Amino acid sequence: MMLDDKDRIFKNLYGFHDWGLAGARARGAWDGTKAILEKGRDAIINEVKASGLRGRGGAGFPTGLKWSFMPKESKDGRPSYLVVNADESEPGTCKDREILRHDPHLLIEGCLIAGFAMGAVAAYIYVRGEFVRERERLQAAIDQAYEARLIGKNNIHGYDFDIYVHHGAGAYICGEETALLESLEGKKGMPRLKPPFPANVGLYGCPTTVNNVESIAVVPDIMRRGAAWFSSIGRPNNTGTKLFCISGHVNRPCNVEEAMGITFRELIERHAGGIRGGWDNLLAVIPGGSSVPCLPAEQCLGDLYMDFDTLRNLKSGLGTAAVIVMDKSTDIVRAIARISYFYKHESCGQCTPCREGTGWMWRVLSRMAEGRAQKREIDMLLEVTTQVEGHTICALGDAAAWPIQGLIRHFRHEIERRIDEYAANPHPEPVAMAAE
Amino acid sequence: MTKLIVDGKEIDVPPHYTLLQACEAAGAEIPRFCFHERLSIAGNCRMCLVELKGSPKPVASCAWGVRDCRPGPNGEPPEVLTRSPMVKKARQGVMEFLLINHPLDCPICDQGGECDLQDQAMAYGTDSSRFKENKRAVEDKYIGVLVKTSMNRCIQCTRCVRFAAEVAGVPELGAIGRGEDMEITTYLEQAMTSELQGNVVDLCPVGALTSKPYAFVARPWELGKTESIDVMDAVGSAIRIDTRGREVMRILPRVNEAVNEEWISDKTRHVVDGLRTQRLDTPYLRENGRLREASWPEAFAAIAARVKAAPPERMGAIVGDLAACEEIFALKDLMTRLSVRNLDCRQDGAALDPALGRASYLFNATIQGIEDAGALLIVGSNPRKEAAVLNARIRKRWRLNHFPIGLIGERVDLTYPYRYLGAGPETLAQLLQGGDFLESLKSAERPMILVGQGALARPDGAAVAALAARLAGEVGAVTDGWNGFCVLHTAAARVGALDLGFVPGPGGKSALEMVQPGALDVLFLLGADEIDVPPGAFTVYIGSHGDRGAHCADVVLPGAAYPEKSGTYVNTEGRVQLAARAAFPPGDAREDWAILRALSDVLGQRLPYDSLGALRRAMYAAHPHLQRIDEIAAGDPADIARLAARAGAVDKAPFKSAIADFYLTNPIARASLVMAECSALAEGHQALTAAE
Repeated sequence: MMLDDKDRIFKNLYGFHDWGLAGARARGAWDGTKAILEKGRDAIINEVKASGLRGRGGAGFPTGLKWSFMPKESKDGRPSYLVVNADESEPGTCKDREILRHDPHLLIEGCLIAGFAMGAVAAYIYVRGEFVRERERLQAAIDQAYEARLIGKNNIHGYDFDIYVHHGAGAYICGEETALLESLEGKKGMPRLKPPFPANVGLYGCPTTVNNVESIAVVPDIMRRGAAWFSSIGRPNNTGTKLFCISGHVNRPCNVEEAMGITFRELIERHAGGIRGGWDNLLAVIPGGSSVPCLPAEQCLGDLYMDFDTLRNLKSGLGTAAVIVMDKSTDIVRAIARISYFYKHESCGQCTPCREGTGWMWRVLSRMAEGRAQKREIDMLLEVTTQVEGHTICALGDAAAWPIQGLIRHFRHEIERRIDEYAANPHPEPVAMAAE
Repeated sequence: MTKLIVDGKEIDVPPHYTLLQACEAAGAEIPRFCFHERLSIAGNCRMCLVELKGSPKPVASCAWGVRDCRPGPNGEPPEVLTRSPMVKKARQGVMEFLLINHPLDCPICDQGGECDLQDQAMAYGTDSSRFKENKRAVEDKYIGVLVKTSMNRCIQCTRCVRFAAEVAGVPELGAIGRGEDMEITTYLEQAMTSELQGNVVDLCPVGALTSKPYAFVARPWELGKTESIDVMDAVGSAIRIDTRGREVMRILPRVNEAVNEEWISDKTRHVVDGLRTQRLDTPYLRENGRLREASWPEAFAAIAARVKAAPPERMGAIVGDLAACEEIFALKDLMTRLSVRNLDCRQDGAALDPALGRASYLFNATIQGIEDAGALLIVGSNPRKEAAVLNARIRKRWRLNHFPIGLIGERVDLTYPYRYLGAGPETLAQLLQGGDFLESLKSAERPMILVGQGALARPDGAAVAALAARLAGEVGAVTDGWNGFCVLHTAAARVGALDLGFVPGPGGKSALEMVQPGALDVLFLLGADEIDVPPGAFTVYIGSHGDRGAHCADVVLPGAAYPEKSGTYVNTEGRVQLAARAAFPPGDAREDWAILRALSDVLGQRLPYDSLGALRRAMYAAHPHLQRIDEIAAGDPADIARLAARAGAVDKAPFKSAIADFYLTNPIARASLVMAECSALAEGHQALTAAE
């Protein structure tokens, strides 16, 4: 069940064609946008709800439902805002970047439609700090859209709407929606306490919806081709197309748009040229970006559907669909220890469990990667992850805990083996004597 | 009211409550580090986690509103558990995280014995450590001469950051770095400039911020604790004086919602070392131009000889800024018996006249009333220096919602924005003619006119006071149930002395007239150090410190400083408060009222009270309102109209704040090394030294 070319939304994913307005129009963007807006706000939200679109940023929350939390009208004079999260920083993930630089008009059109549907007066696109060229390309596309009076005051669509691009400073935590809002307001990127949720008190204290780039960019096509078309792709409750970012030990790492719920084997065989060294050489897969628990090879060989619900039932997750494939040459403990270092490095330091726990977990895991640990520390480490998970202000604590939980769940034997080896020969290299 | 079940107990709480408040209302104890009633909610320590039925994760009770709780599936009230296994595990986990990088240096930590982390680790922590890695090390920061840092101990609760930004209004503290490298510091380790910075020491739940002058001085369990009243300014902050043996070791704030909430100024807190130095511990007698030690009978005999030789109109008495009502009453009594009419408590010559009624010199709106005010005009005052704690209350009101503030006087940083209207009395007169700020005052509900001593202690002070009173009447600041005419005093003794009528009698000389050369033969100074006394008159100084008053005196009688006597003080709002004795005066020094009583005997005018109780009975009989402790006998609003009716010409000189140097306003502060250091730092004389 491979995705047909006619069903692709991101037709310029690889940048082979013109990214600009003319090229985008040729691919169908900005076609009948006015007619879409004329359907009315409720009709758009209902259509998105009917399409079954789930947020592409990782949590998989139904997008239409999220929009419906926004106030129908402002009772106190506060405007509403749409904020697009283009702070794509999850290790392994590189899908939004392709949209920003190769198909920016899909995003811009999506901003207008989504903004109209939720009654927002403006959209802010928060671009990751490292995406300099992408930001320039996006800005150029927005300038084109203003030029063509597609957006802005008195545009041809009859709905005044501004789009601003904000450039982040390169902190992973600013991809968390409330930290993003703080950063956008010019403050230190530290997540806010929820409730109140952004739909009540968001950017500058006004109702705000924060959506992922991909979630917004698919909306125009859903509106043009209908919810039924979108929901016909994929599996129940996990509909539509999805950008997969395949990296690691595959023959041809790539980004590809595929139907949600494609099996892992098919995804890798068709698009990535198979596993390096064949399927027998597969060790583990991180199916959704560095923050989700890894899956061992045996769970990936059968009908592993790459969708939110299947992976969640395996105690992992689709996340951003950043598939990281690891073959048997991988030192899995070191790999997870490196991920653990990343979260230690990116913890904002606001709340206690994450600030103190990420460093602790990383240090223990680094020792385990060498085998320089006790076996009882494996359970201790597991308990520390549960002390972090669910006790923090934002989800970074969870994201730091899950990869380690996945490691211990599936590769405890590997850690134990290493500890045994180290205990048998604590000095693998001759000890340096006296003055070095 | 919302129904809620806390640990199986059903309670009714207002919907705006947080879960933490609701749990406390139900009698459950919730541990916390970052949460503080008077600061914004940070929710970052995660110690206050509770279980909310229906929520998969524990929730931070300090940040979770009762109205955010959803009822159960059948409409049952939301259920909160504070003692469930989930909560116990969450607390233990957070406590473990807090302790892994916290040094085990409790034996050498100044917070020991009053450390929230220590206490809560005992109650909610585990008994052993599983953390085998190296602990984090953080460089100590220099943030001024009052607050010592030991940043290894910091648990990043950000209470200090929030205090500086919200209450003090001087956002100098912040966090740099992120994750476990997050550190609290000032920008480039500059010293904090707030007059309230000492409060961050109280707020710090661990030993990261401790008092620098008090470092390694005492342990809390060896201190005697006395609840008393501060006299460093006219606010009358509630304090606790901690003593060891005869010595005052430190001063901490107490909670008094009506006055200081729970803040005190740095002068109040750190003046302690001034109580030890420059003390007068024996009587002195001037002989051949030099003061020599003398015995009490010698000193009294010398005074008696001069008093008997002088006619009453050539004698006078001036009361200083730190005197308690008891000694002022005794001095007035003695002077009346000697038929002396030259009495004054207004060393600065402020135009305050008790004859106009009590409302004419009180902060009528009360300090708590600031929070109800709708607009504020400050005339000739810098409340930040003159009453730092009161200024924090104005800032609190300003943060609440729309609050127009205007200032006539020196253009200074008050920690909140204001409309600068002008420099002197002419602006005040102009304002009466009209203008949009007059409209703001008029349109506001309950406007306030704050008149400082800088506007009153000048030759045209009476006219300025009349103008301000007229303005108060004009803008509707004086109505039924609201009197917005507020005089901000700077001297703790002033309102009490005015209440007792310590002002010139008929034909008597004022303080400034008394110190004209040759005006008097005998002059009594009761702790009066803020006035220049020329040579000529035979000067008797009764006080605690060898300051300006003692230097010019012919006889020095050693008195007690404020922690060493029980005394009544009336603060700027007219609130009568009783300060308690926490220590004893040094050497031969005695309580001031007892000195006056003994002197009266020698002068042949024996005062009819032999004990403080008897003195108070006499004082209460003459001034009944002084026995109503912690109460305010409100002034008559009609006094303001009487004040306004007085006419007079104003001159052009701009207003100047009554306080030139916040840290050196009285003899005790001037004797304090810490205050001298603060003063030098504030002046910018001292080059910044980096953290040792």
